[in-house]
Amino acid sequence: MKVRYFAWMKRTVGVAEEEIDPPAGVRTVGDLVTWLRTRSAGHAEALAEGAAFGAAVDKRTATFDVAIAGAGEVAFFPPFTGG
Amino acid sequence: MAVRVQEMDFDVGAELDRLTAGNKRIGGLAVFVGLVREMHVREGYHRDRVDALTLEHYPGMTERALEEIEAEAQRRWPLEATLIVHRHGRMEPGERIVLVAVGSPHREAAFEACEFLVDWLKTKAPFWKLEDTPKGEKWVGAHDADDQAAARWEKK
Repeated sequence: MKVRYFAWMKRTVGVAEEEIDPPAGVRTVGDLVTWLRTRSAGHAEALAEGAAFGAAVDKRTATFDVAIAGAGEVAFFPPFTGG
Repeated sequence: MAVRVQEMDFDVGAELDRLTAGNKRIGGLAVFVGLVREMHVREGYHRDRVDALTLEHYPGMTERALEEIEAEAQRRWPLEATLIVHRHGRMEPGERIVLVAVGSPHREAAFEACEFLVDWLKTKAPFWKLEDTPKGEKWVGAHDADDQAAARWEKK
């Protein structure tokens, strides 16, 4: 599964994307966040409990209770500021 | 009915000509053009100069989000033509960032749908602004005012 980070989260984590193979217990976006935090200090900071960020599963906005089984790509990003 | 995300600038006149060509049911065309502003808005004051803006987006998700917003406008108003062109990459103050154009038989629908599209694309399409200022690079934070503007259009 590919994980992508955007805007400031990309810089804090240190990579734009990474291939991961989370353990079987990681079932939802929220589980993935918790698991990713353990990968590095940058991950822990970018995905911290109080940080303002959202997620998408296969390029659709997803809440943290959404299952990630079978997903090809999960993305994390700060609030949108286009327009 | 079209959505485009591109690095290059766009020609507003040419875009509008193409959008309305051949459709004589359009009686009103509402147009919004967003430009790069040379000052950063912080707590309601324009204090910091902006030398350039870099817009990052999420290819694939951006186009899909814009198409969904456009489809929602089509469901809510009787529209004959819609166009969203949003740029990404580096831009300097004064440059065009976004074009939203809406054609309808009557002006009320065109004005309302245009405002709706701008409000929703700001909060629902995956774009992020990075400002280049004399004090260094700064990611633009989400504005409460934008969230409130977008929330006006949520179905009760």
